[in-house]
Amino acid sequence: MEATITEAQLEKEFQQKIDSGIVIEPKDWMPERYRKQLIRMMSQHAHSEVVGMLPEGNWITRAPSLDRKAILLAKVQDEAGHGLYIYSATETLGIDRAEMMEQLHTGKAKYSSIFNYPTQNWADIGAIGWLVDGAAIINQTALAKCSYGPYSRAMIRICKEENFHNKQGYQILAYLMRGTKEQQEMAQDAMNRWWWPSLMMFGPSDANSPNSAELMRWKVKLHSNDDLRQRFIDRTVPQAEAIGLTIPDDKLRWNPDTRHYDWGEINWDEFYAVISGNGPCNHERMSARVGAHEKGRWVREAAAAYAQKHLN
Amino acid sequence: MEEKKDVQGKLWEVFTQKKTGAPHEHAGSVRAADKEMAMMNARDVYSRRNEAVSLWVVPSECIVASQPEDAGPFFDPANDKAYRNPNFYKTPTGVKQIS
Repeated sequence: MEATITEAQLEKEFQQKIDSGIVIEPKDWMPERYRKQLIRMMSQHAHSEVVGMLPEGNWITRAPSLDRKAILLAKVQDEAGHGLYIYSATETLGIDRAEMMEQLHTGKAKYSSIFNYPTQNWADIGAIGWLVDGAAIINQTALAKCSYGPYSRAMIRICKEENFHNKQGYQILAYLMRGTKEQQEMAQDAMNRWWWPSLMMFGPSDANSPNSAELMRWKVKLHSNDDLRQRFIDRTVPQAEAIGLTIPDDKLRWNPDTRHYDWGEINWDEFYAVISGNGPCNHERMSARVGAHEKGRWVREAAAAYAQKHLN
Repeated sequence: MEEKKDVQGKLWEVFTQKKTGAPHEHAGSVRAADKEMAMMNARDVYSRRNEAVSLWVVPSECIVASQPEDAGPFFDPANDKAYRNPNFYKTPTGVKQIS
């Protein structure tokens, strides 16, 4: 009985800290569920950065110029770095990196569904930088103010770098839109395929988001999925118009009363199908990831053996 | 499937100095097998945009940290020494250049 009272008391004090804006650090007491939810969210986020390298990595050898190739290489390297920032932040919660890797490779941990769509042509690289990273920036700017110190610090670092990703992607599409008719069609086609999956990145609608209330009470989330999605739409539509791209949504229009865009309906069946493993590239991504990990195993083992030998 | 335990290397804490004259600040951590690799990983992960002119890497297990639950009693000795603070002292009106 004594123990239960203490636990309840600790939890109350924890909530008071959160409510008064105190940031939680790794060694502070935290409810087990807060720890678990953060491990789930943060490792999923780290995995998304890592798996996110695969669709873009496809285009490094096929970038249309040396400049573009250098830029894309730097961007993909940043994504690896982002994965590492977040893995290291997640390890402060007491989970080991090897365990996180294993959860990814066995399918126990998820990653962002957006990376289960294929990159079919060069314009897709533009659409990923502009739309996918643009959506990620909105999410991550919010997370930069979350209640867990290491996660928030990793997000601040990442947000600075994502802006480069976002702008290089937009520039790719802007160039194509100034090009030939075929190039313009290619850009519009990429827009058509990536728009709705980008909106899905914000997660289920508030009504169907089971974890949201708890995460908001703990200030892990500061805004609802729908609010962030609207923020992304409001910011992105004028950018599309500026370069002559059409948003593939015939219900999209500016609402002067709400001062937001009204828009259509997400195909939630598709969203849940891709999440549960039936997207166009789920299998391909996972086998590429596991393959890379296995091919790198001898390097990790050799490095460990070398370190052991030179211990003294 | 025969699965050998995965090796990810030791955990190292990384400290970066933004410019000479500035203090080294904690940036995050990396995994590496030894100190050379830790240093290279730290550079690649925490200084891709010239964020550092100097790096320290320290095995995480070597860091001795105070515990949050000790925070009160451990830092107590500073609480009753207001006389360490210049505001503790009253200076006669008109006296200048004494901070």
